[in-house]
Amino acid sequence: MSAGVTDAPARPATVVPTRHTGRTVAAVAVLLVVAWLLYSMATNQRFEWGVVAEYLFAAPILMGVLNTMILTVLAMAIGILLGIVIAVGRLSDNVIVSKAAWFYAWFFRGTPLLVQLLFWFFLSALVPRIAMGVPFGPELFSLNTNDLITPFMAAMLGLGLNEAAYMSEIVRSGISSVTPGQTEAAKSIGMTRLQTMRRVVLPQAMRIIIPPTGNEVIGMLKQTSLVLVIGYSELLTSASLIYARTYQTIPLLIVAAIWYLFITAILSVAQYYLEKRYGRGFSPLSTIRTDNVEPLPAPEGKEVRQ
Amino acid sequence: MTEPMLRATSVGKSFGAVQVLRDVNLTVESGEVACLIGPSGSGKSTFLRCINHLEKIDGGEMWVGGERVGYRRVGNKLHELREREVARRRASIGMVFQQFNLFPHRTALENVTEGPIIVQGVNRAEAADRGRRLLERVGLGTKVHNYPSQLSGGQQQRVAIARALAMNPSLMLFDEPTSALDPELVGEVLDVMRDLAKSGMTMVVVTHEMGFAREVADTVHFMSDGVLVESGPPARVLSRPEHARTQSFLAKVL
Repeated sequence: MSAGVTDAPARPATVVPTRHTGRTVAAVAVLLVVAWLLYSMATNQRFEWGVVAEYLFAAPILMGVLNTMILTVLAMAIGILLGIVIAVGRLSDNVIVSKAAWFYAWFFRGTPLLVQLLFWFFLSALVPRIAMGVPFGPELFSLNTNDLITPFMAAMLGLGLNEAAYMSEIVRSGISSVTPGQTEAAKSIGMTRLQTMRRVVLPQAMRIIIPPTGNEVIGMLKQTSLVLVIGYSELLTSASLIYARTYQTIPLLIVAAIWYLFITAILSVAQYYLEKRYGRGFSPLSTIRTDNVEPLPAPEGKEVRQ
Repeated sequence: MTEPMLRATSVGKSFGAVQVLRDVNLTVESGEVACLIGPSGSGKSTFLRCINHLEKIDGGEMWVGGERVGYRRVGNKLHELREREVARRRASIGMVFQQFNLFPHRTALENVTEGPIIVQGVNRAEAADRGRRLLERVGLGTKVHNYPSQLSGGQQQRVAIARALAMNPSLMLFDEPTSALDPELVGEVLDVMRDLAKSGMTMVVVTHEMGFAREVADTVHFMSDGVLVESGPPARVLSRPEHARTQSFLAKVL
């Protein structure tokens, strides 16, 4: 016992919490740094906030924002759907299918995204015409590859197919996290494999899948800026086209950054609600039993023991 | 004479080089409660899992309700059934697991209605209605909207029994249903099983609860090292076992 307490108090003593000096110092330091940053941002003329305000809602920028969002949504949709197919294929008993799924992930994760984008864009150099027909048999119809692969198509294919490789690993980890007992229980009530996957395994796997998928979406949002190399006009391309003309590089990069941050904030909110939705039955709160729990006895005044 | 509910003739099963079932013969009549007892690793659970084709048998024949489990015989060949066919037959066999295996992302009621809605195509309102009655029957009428994580082990196992019953099974399989429970919760699950037996359900129960076997079972079957050693009414098998292996096992557990 501390040496300061010598004689027993007549009444129950009040509790004095420990002082956390370190925490106080850290908080003050952080506040000082933030204040200094804000001050310099506000007073440094070279930020050119006027220019930022001027371009923040400019038509080409808004167009870029829209294109970025379209590309993100479509590429992620391809990535998630194809990723589920590849993950299921990877876990298949069919050796050819599971090896093919492994090969897909190896290939698309193993080559730079930039190379893949350029490859799709220049597909016509490799395959001038794309034809549909019976394999080794008559041709039904054919298209000029250059007509089919617009910068938009190349961007969507490049980003989506690459993303599918990463998503397949995320989905696979989610599926593997569901215990075999769940599959057996589903089988025992007469579910087919597809019903088991859709109704029992995937909904539980979602809990594991969502957080890393949130990372992927946010990553994709910014990765779309790579399509600059194939001339598709998204947010960063729009900004760069403007500053190439006006030389107001910093303010326009700030405009782009503000939009990226704004969309990321919205995505984070969406992720929060998705996690809540798929955490049903799992959240720590719901594991607190509310039945046959006796209320704790009311706390009595804490006393300082001698 | 009517076809027995379950007929197994010289069933064999191996996992790799390990033979876990050898020449098992067992007949369970409609309405009968059969308890399988024996030391761990004796093949009781594996045999139970063969009945609804969660495991494939390598030898012998297994029939449930007059239908061959897992195969169709054409001429001199046994054709493995398609997945859809296997699923359809499983739907009429209820199974209760040692670890409950409730769907954690669904409430008690949703666990019970899942099979009828998804597998049998019963409409939601009707399934919910029947599900509520089943949960009431197992004493959980007030817990319909609780998630499994909010229920005790005994309550979860009773939901699992209701989930199996919701499919209107003609045969119920129990795989050590009380082995994962705290001792004070075993009774409530056994009560539900006792009621079920009284209602005339055909049951095959793998259990270590000798009291339950003695009181409820019509027949008790002792398995050891993958062999069905001794079968008969509980009074005889549990009180006056003939085989030395049965005697030494019972001496340890009773």
